[in-house]
Amino acid sequence: MRDFTLFIPEYIAAGAAIGVLALELALPRLRRDALAWATAAGAAAWLIAALFYVGDAPGDFEGLLRTDAFTAYFRILAAGAVLAVALLSARYLRDRTRAAGEYYGLLLMAGAGMTLLSAARELLTAYVALELLSFSLYVLVGYLKRDARSNEASLKYILLGAFSSAMLLYGISLLYGLTGSTTYAGVAEGLAARGEGTDLAALAAIMLIVAGVGFKVSAAPFHMWAPDAYQGAPLPVTAFLATASKAAGFALILRLFTEALAVDALEWRAAIAALAAITMTAGNLLAIQQTNLKRLLAYSSIGQAGYMLVAVAAIGYGDAAAAQNASSALLLHIAGYTLSTMALFAALVAHYNRTGDESIEGLRGLSATQPFLALVISASLFSFAGLPFFAGFATKLLLFQAGTGAGLLWLAGLGAANSFISLYYYLMVMRRMYLFDPPEGQTRIRPPALLGAMAGLLLLGVVFIGVYPGPVFEATDGAAAALFEASAAAFARLP
Amino acid sequence: MELTVLVFLPAFAGLLALLLPADRARYARWVALAGALAALGLSLALFFRFENGGGFQFADRASWIDAGAFEVQYFLAVDGLSLPLVVLTTFLTVAAVLVSFSIEHRQRAYFACLMVLSTSVLGVFTAMDFLLFFLFWELELFPMYLLISVWGSGRREYSAMKFVLYTVAGSAFMLVAILALALGAGTFDMAVLGQSGVESAVLPLRWVFLFLFIGFAVKLPIVPLHTWLPDAHGDAPTAVSVMLAGVLLKMGGYAIIRTCVTILPGEARDYGVWFAAIGAASVLYGAFVTFRQTDVKRLIAYSSVSHMGLVLLGIGALGTTAMVGAAYQMLAHGLITGLLFVVVGLMYERTHTREISRLGGLARQMPLLAAGLAFAGFASVGLPALAGFVAEVTIFLGAFQAYEWAVIMAIFGVVLSAGYILWTLQRVVFGPVRPEWAGAGDQRHWWEHASVAGLAALVILLGVYPDLIMDMLDPAIGAVSARVGS
Repeated sequence: MRDFTLFIPEYIAAGAAIGVLALELALPRLRRDALAWATAAGAAAWLIAALFYVGDAPGDFEGLLRTDAFTAYFRILAAGAVLAVALLSARYLRDRTRAAGEYYGLLLMAGAGMTLLSAARELLTAYVALELLSFSLYVLVGYLKRDARSNEASLKYILLGAFSSAMLLYGISLLYGLTGSTTYAGVAEGLAARGEGTDLAALAAIMLIVAGVGFKVSAAPFHMWAPDAYQGAPLPVTAFLATASKAAGFALILRLFTEALAVDALEWRAAIAALAAITMTAGNLLAIQQTNLKRLLAYSSIGQAGYMLVAVAAIGYGDAAAAQNASSALLLHIAGYTLSTMALFAALVAHYNRTGDESIEGLRGLSATQPFLALVISASLFSFAGLPFFAGFATKLLLFQAGTGAGLLWLAGLGAANSFISLYYYLMVMRRMYLFDPPEGQTRIRPPALLGAMAGLLLLGVVFIGVYPGPVFEATDGAAAALFEASAAAFARLP
Repeated sequence: MELTVLVFLPAFAGLLALLLPADRARYARWVALAGALAALGLSLALFFRFENGGGFQFADRASWIDAGAFEVQYFLAVDGLSLPLVVLTTFLTVAAVLVSFSIEHRQRAYFACLMVLSTSVLGVFTAMDFLLFFLFWELELFPMYLLISVWGSGRREYSAMKFVLYTVAGSAFMLVAILALALGAGTFDMAVLGQSGVESAVLPLRWVFLFLFIGFAVKLPIVPLHTWLPDAHGDAPTAVSVMLAGVLLKMGGYAIIRTCVTILPGEARDYGVWFAAIGAASVLYGAFVTFRQTDVKRLIAYSSVSHMGLVLLGIGALGTTAMVGAAYQMLAHGLITGLLFVVVGLMYERTHTREISRLGGLARQMPLLAAGLAFAGFASVGLPALAGFVAEVTIFLGAFQAYEWAVIMAIFGVVLSAGYILWTLQRVVFGPVRPEWAGAGDQRHWWEHASVAGLAALVILLGVYPDLIMDMLDPAIGAVSARVGS
């Protein structure tokens, strides 16, 4: 059925994107941060519209797209992320560029792409949504066109991104050849009914897809683009890369692996488990040696992707109930991780706007000059490390419990050990802020009002999830239930 | 409801202190004192309302994280083992606030940290949900780190970081064990785990037991995991030393009885002999190392290692008498070492040195403080009619049958303690009068009198009337040793 009302919130986002572009063309003398406020208003409208769709009966668009609690979850996440990044960008971009319309427009488009990705139940639709997200990001990463590093980052990101898209497409075409369908349900049916002697083709198709999505979520060994892209991109875009873009990758993985590929879990689960193990270990070990804060965060986010992949592996190893449990834990972890990362970047952008310094060394003595920012940064890093009272503790606990429940005790243990390693380099950052004296002549200053308030609010969210994850868990549990409702047929066919 | 109020009352007072306006910062100590006194009063009320032998009482229970297979409760309760420790904590909190009255640097934050520390320790002693227990255990790190690194002395940052790293490393093991246990048994409820026993966990039970023990042993501490303690004590401000020696170390001993022995009695039987051996080794090692110390606080820290070794020895014997002795030793050591650190801290405020070689003849210049130090020293040696004596005798009597050799080693350690305490007293209190401390002055403020006298009075009370606590400990510990079957 063609129900065009299902995506009204995304029409608002796309409309706002065009509106922002038009606004700049019509009023070229407008202050650049006015565009940020306009974008934020658009994103807020999008968010509010999305809230109206929470709790609706699942909607279906020609079997290509499905709106349900799962879509609603990612829609809220996308709108929230765009809203936050727009606010983060306001002053950052005003100081650095003269034309900002495309930046904000593309930001909104990227968010819309993310929602579509979480709704897609057909391979080509998913591919198009993914490219909508990726192309927006290619431009956003290189948006500071006078900055050589930004250009380099964008180029690397495009080349590797195109490479990964090609792999994904190749995998999709093989799957189509095998099953004669591109809808997830059709693929699942085709895979279940495939004849003898097609194992190799199925394996090749699935491995290509795993590699393709591995690039998107920056899983090692497909993570090479991430440190450069994170470092070169404008700081708010780095925040978007680390949160929304990664979440979108996992939205794709969840829909794809619980429905289309669930039947062939035997073929991919070991690969995903290995990918999880390599990703978290490599991310955390490489992070130790970093001196640039953005690169450190890139590697730390690679480590986080490793933890998230534990849940994906658990989907492959567990039965339907364990898989649903794992999906729900993954969604919860994504929510906690997104909040922590946004809080961290709000503080970092405030710091960077003032100093322009993105080295870890530059945080020296921050607790004396900007104690609130130092507090927010520490709390976010604690949350990443999984220390109690912060979101990371509760979410990682459920994540690793889901892994253990699916029989992946070793992977959960490795995750716990990795969290311990990560604490080391997070503490090294905190050491700079708390135990070193600030550079000569710097005294205590107030944090900027907007970014300070944002950081404070996000921090409250981080602590809330850490102390009382119940309500958010209920939401993610509902989203996971919707996901498995859509793929019940596929899971019933599990070997 | 009472327990929830009791646990969070100090933190609430700390928050109030933190929120005082800047020009009222000096009232922070009064706010903290009021909170600490209120908590003490409440804990005493619970102490006298407690029904000996009635199991877990004053329970507060609510569902907290209910996520599928994973139910975590908010569950506080006390029994005869934990209630005396709760009272000890509230009492030492009052003492710690009193000795901090002379703090000038960032008072509001200081008292906030101190009171949050108190809340976290109270939470550890009352939490009956394993995950909640772990959260309180970890909560204590934040205020401790700040208290040592901001208000400490010497290599304070190094010591604070060392403290955190040791504890976190221990808790990593602990968390793995807790999850393995709870996921295997399907509940985090320590009362249920302690009654039904655990047949299997996700990991072999031996590992679970070992991991739990490592986590707690760091805190106790045992040799060779003790090296953070002298550093932390040496560089911490007085009140923090009091809390650290007085109650934080007890978290380790309490947790070993409450979880290792109660939940895994079979493993405790198998490894009791190791507890006794490690305990005896700690007693001897701690005692020997004190002779090499030149810093009074580090000396007391090593004597703590020695005394906490006795606790582990008592637990290792697994009998009711020995474990009651271990619990009593925790209380006695908390009071006595608390008093030692208070007195030494007050001396440091006057002389600004803790070097034994630079002190001397203080009996003339600070008679009251010198008397306090002598009293605490004698109590620490185990002079009859003082708390330490009761505890040590009970442990030795209870453990002698099980581990004769370990008790003989430990008794030798006690003899050594008489040696190092007397030698220290001789060097610090007696000897030639030093002119540089002539104008340093004696204990003179009311808060100094109050903290020293209060602690000394309790040391005497527990020495002459042990049944006050013994009657409470006995049934609770009896239930534990009945589970072990000895």
